[in-house]
Amino acid sequence: MVDFSGWEMPIHYGSQIQEHHRVRNDVGMFDVSHMTVIDVEGQDAQAFLRYLLANDVARLKLPGKALYSCMLNAEGGVIDDLIVYFIDDGNYRMVVNAATREKDLEWITNQARAFAVSVDERPELAMIAVQGPNAEQKLSAVIDAGQHEKLQELKPFHALWMGPWFVARTGYTGEDGFEIILGAEQAVGLWKKLAAAGVAPVGLGARDTLRLEAGMNLYGTDMDETVTPLESGLAWTVAWEPAERDFIGRSALERQRRQKPRHKLTGLLLEDKGVLRNHQKVLIPGVGDGEITSGSFSPTLGKAIAFARVPAEAGSEASVEIRGRLLPVRLVKAPFVRHGKPCV
Amino acid sequence: MSNIPTELKYTKTDEWVLLGEDGVATVGITDFAQQQLGDMVYVELPEAGATIDAESECGVVESVKTASDLYMPVAGEITAANALLADQPEKINADPYGDGWIYKFRPADAGDLDTLLDAAAYQSKLDADDH
Repeated sequence: MVDFSGWEMPIHYGSQIQEHHRVRNDVGMFDVSHMTVIDVEGQDAQAFLRYLLANDVARLKLPGKALYSCMLNAEGGVIDDLIVYFIDDGNYRMVVNAATREKDLEWITNQARAFAVSVDERPELAMIAVQGPNAEQKLSAVIDAGQHEKLQELKPFHALWMGPWFVARTGYTGEDGFEIILGAEQAVGLWKKLAAAGVAPVGLGARDTLRLEAGMNLYGTDMDETVTPLESGLAWTVAWEPAERDFIGRSALERQRRQKPRHKLTGLLLEDKGVLRNHQKVLIPGVGDGEITSGSFSPTLGKAIAFARVPAEAGSEASVEIRGRLLPVRLVKAPFVRHGKPCV
Repeated sequence: MSNIPTELKYTKTDEWVLLGEDGVATVGITDFAQQQLGDMVYVELPEAGATIDAESECGVVESVKTASDLYMPVAGEITAANALLADQPEKINADPYGDGWIYKFRPADAGDLDTLLDAAAYQSKLDADDH
C-alpha cells in the first residue's frame, strides 16, 4: 500500500504483470475513488467551461457525451487534465486528478465568480473502473437485462445514468471499459459483486503500465504548469476554432504555435534489454538532450517503453543513458498498444 | 509472511548466501525482497572473473516498479551468473532460493561469511524495519 495524495492505495493486489494482462485480455477493476468529481451547474455553465478549458465543450451536443481537456493558466501551462461530461443544458460533470484537487477547486471557484454557475465538489461519490475486452459482458452479472442492453448501446466516450449510478464508457487503459461513479456507501457492495462475478482487482502499478502503453499522459510527470499542451503531445485537445472563443491560456498558446514549440513529447521504445525510467537522459546527437517523463516496462510488448520530452527537431533515433551506458532507442508515436494489439 | 530458510546466511541488503562444500557461495535475493520489488523484468548480472569488494555494487535487479542494486556480501571473485535470468527474470519471483539464484562467487576469505546475519537475525532486522 502507498500513500497517493492522502489516499491509501495498493500498487498491486498480487502480480502487477498478471493484473496488466488480465485487463488487456479479459477484465479487471480499479478503485479510482481518489479521483475528484466536480459538478458545474447554472445558466452560464457552457459559457464558463468554454472559457475555463482549452478544449471546447460546445462540441458536446448529445447529453452524456464526454470530452478530454486541459485546464490552462494564463501562460498556457497545464494546471490539470480532466474529462468533462455534458449531462444536459446547464449541467456538466468534471473528473479531475486527486493530486491537484485543492488547487483545481481554488482555480475553478475563482474563475467562476464572473459567471452564473455553481461549482460543487462531490466527495461523497466513489468511482470504480471496470476495464478490458470482457468488461461489458461481465457487468451483466451486476445489473438487470434492461440496463445491460443500454450499456451495450452506449458509445465510447459517452455516459448515462443508471438509477443513481453515472456510468461512462471511458477509461485509462486503452481497452473497452466503464467508469462507474456512485455513492461511496454503494461502492463496497458493487466491488464485492464484481469480484464474485470474476472481475479481479487491479492496482496502481498496472494502471500506470496500461495507460503508458495506451499513450495516455499522466499529470504531474508528463506535463505540469511549466509546459503547454503543445509541448506535451496534447495539441489535439486544443480547440482553436472558433477563433473568437476566448479561453484561459489562448493568447500564450497562439504565440507559441506561431513561434513553434521548442520541445515535443514523444514515445520511446528500447529494443535492447533493460528498463526505461523517469528522469533518464535522452541524447540526440547534433540536436540536443531530452528527458524521460514516464518510463516503464511494457508487459504487452515485453520491452521497455517511455514518454520523453525532447527537442522539437528530434528525428527517429536517440540514446538513453542508463547507469552510465548509452542504449539506442527508437522515437515512436504513441500509443504503443491499443485494444490488446501492439502498434509500434 | 516471507520465507527465511534457516540454512542460509543473509545480508542487511536482503541478499541470501549459501556456501557450498566446494568453497563457492551462491547468492540471490530473499523472498521478502522479491515480494517488495514485485514482478522482475530485467537483471544485470556480474561477469565471471570479476573481483569485487565487500558491500560493493555487483549487479541490478529491475522490477516493473523499480530498480534495486545488488551488493557483494563479502569480498570475492565471481565464478558464475545465472544465465537463465536473462530471458526469465521472473524466476526470482517464482523461486528466489532455487532457480532464481543470481550469481556464484569464491570468497576471498570464507571466514568473512561469519559476519553475515543468520535467519533469526535477518528476521529481527525485517521486524525492526517494519516498526
